[in-house]
Amino acid sequence: MKTAPQFFRHGPGPLARLFVFVLLSCLLIAEDLRFKYFPELRQTIGVVIFPLQKVAYIPIHIYDQIEELIASLYLVEENIKLKQQYMEDREQLLKLHALEAENAQLRQLLGAVQHIETNTEAKAVLAEILYTPRDPFNHKITLNKGSYHDIQLGQAVIDDKGIVGQITQLYPWSSEVTLLTDKNHSVPVQVLRNNLRSVVSGMGKNDELELRYLSVNIDIQQGDLLVTSGIGGVYPPGIPVATVLRIERDPADDFAQIISAPIAGVDRNRQVLILSLAQSVPDDPIEMPKIESQKNQK
Amino acid sequence: MILSRCLKLNRKKTRNNHLGLDDYFGQDVYVPPSNGYIAISLAIALMFNFLPFHQDILVFRPDFVALTIIYWSINYPHKMGMSVAFTMGLMMDVGNTGILGQHALAYCIVVYLTLVLGRRLRIFNVMQQAPQIGFILFAMQIVTVLVAVSGGSDLPTWHYFFATVAGILLWAPISLLLSTPLKQKSDPNAL
Repeated sequence: MKTAPQFFRHGPGPLARLFVFVLLSCLLIAEDLRFKYFPELRQTIGVVIFPLQKVAYIPIHIYDQIEELIASLYLVEENIKLKQQYMEDREQLLKLHALEAENAQLRQLLGAVQHIETNTEAKAVLAEILYTPRDPFNHKITLNKGSYHDIQLGQAVIDDKGIVGQITQLYPWSSEVTLLTDKNHSVPVQVLRNNLRSVVSGMGKNDELELRYLSVNIDIQQGDLLVTSGIGGVYPPGIPVATVLRIERDPADDFAQIISAPIAGVDRNRQVLILSLAQSVPDDPIEMPKIESQKNQK
Repeated sequence: MILSRCLKLNRKKTRNNHLGLDDYFGQDVYVPPSNGYIAISLAIALMFNFLPFHQDILVFRPDFVALTIIYWSINYPHKMGMSVAFTMGLMMDVGNTGILGQHALAYCIVVYLTLVLGRRLRIFNVMQQAPQIGFILFAMQIVTVLVAVSGGSDLPTWHYFFATVAGILLWAPISLLLSTPLKQKSDPNAL
C-alpha cells in the first residue's frame, strides 16, 4: 500500500466504514439508554452547540421586541386591567395570610413541626424556552438558564397555571426540562376534593396524563383537580397539575383507567418559572409519628 | 417500425452528444469547496435545525443538516466523510434532547446511501434528484424511529414523515443556495 500514490489511496470502503460507525453509534445508544457512564460527553457537546442555539433564538427575540412595541400602544388599558387583577389577588392573598396564621396556630397546638413557611417562600427564576424538540419522541424542552444561574437538577418548573415539568439535565448556560407528559415522568399528586393521594404519570402524548393503579371503585370524578402533594420533596405542595378528563371503570380490569389533562400549557409557553427545591423533606417522616403519639397519649 | 424508433433514438443521442460550443461555455464551472465553507454551511444548517418555532412556521420540520450532508456527500464525496456526519449527528442529538447516537447513526447511514447512489444521482439535474433524495431521507427517518422505539417511545403518527416531503421540496433551493458561492463564470474570451 505504501507504494500506491496518493490518488489511488481510498482507505476502507463505504460498507466497512459504515459498519464501524454503526457499531460506534449502537454502543453510544446503549450507553445512553442503559448505563450513562460518560455524562461529560453530553455536557461537552451541550457547551459546543450552545452558541448556535443562542443564535437560533435571535429571531424570537426580535419578534418579542416588535410585540412589545405594539403592546406599548395599549399600555393604559393593560394597566387598568392589571390593577383590577392586583386588587383581586390582594384580597386572596390576605385570606391566605389569615389561613396561614391559623394553620400555624393549629399545628402548634398539635405539637407539629412548623414547616409551612419554608414551602410558601419558594424562590423562583424566570427562564425562556430556548428549544422544543423536533420529533414526537422527546417530551423535553431546553431552557436558557443553567448551572451558571444556580439552577440545580430536580428543580420544579411551572408556568402561571401549574406544573410544567422538572429539570433533568444541566448544562452551564442551559438546562433540559422533562415535561409532565414524558413517559418516564411521574408527579406525586392528591385530589383537591378529598385529599386522595396518587401519582400521575405521562403517557408520551401531548395532552394526556394517567393515574395508574387506582382501584375501580375509587372516589374520583370527572373534573377533579389534582394538585401536587409535596411527597417526595421535589415539588412544593399545592400546585395544580391536572384535571381529570375521563374515567373508565371496567369491572373486568383490576384498575380504573383515569386520564387527566395537564393544566399548565406544557407545549405552549415561551416563559416558565424554575422553583427552588422544597426544603422540608426531612421533616415529614419525623412529624407523622409525633402526632400519632400525642393522640395515643390522649 | 423498430428501425424508425432506433433512428429517432440515435438522432436524440447525437443531439445530446454534440453539445454546441455555446452550450459548453454556457455551463457553470464549480470551484471545489474549501473545508471552511463546508463547516460553515453545516453550522448554519444546525442552527436552522435549532430554530425554536417548530410548532408555528416549520410545521413540517425539514432536517436541514441531513440535506446539507447529502448535498456535500453527493457532489464532493471526498470532502464529506462519515466521521463528520457522525459528529453532526451527536450535536443534533444533544440539542434535540434525544438519545445520544440516534441522529449520529441516521446521518452515517445517509452518507453510506449517498456514497452508493451518488454516481447515479450526479447524472440527474436537481429537480430529478429530489424524489431520490426523498428515498434517502425516508430511510433516515425509519432509522431514527427504530432507535426511538428501542428507547421505549411509541411509534409516531404518520405526520412524522412530513419531514421527508419537506426535505424533497427544499432540496432544489438548498442545493442551489449551497452551489451559488462555488460558481465560477467561465469567460469564453479568456484564452
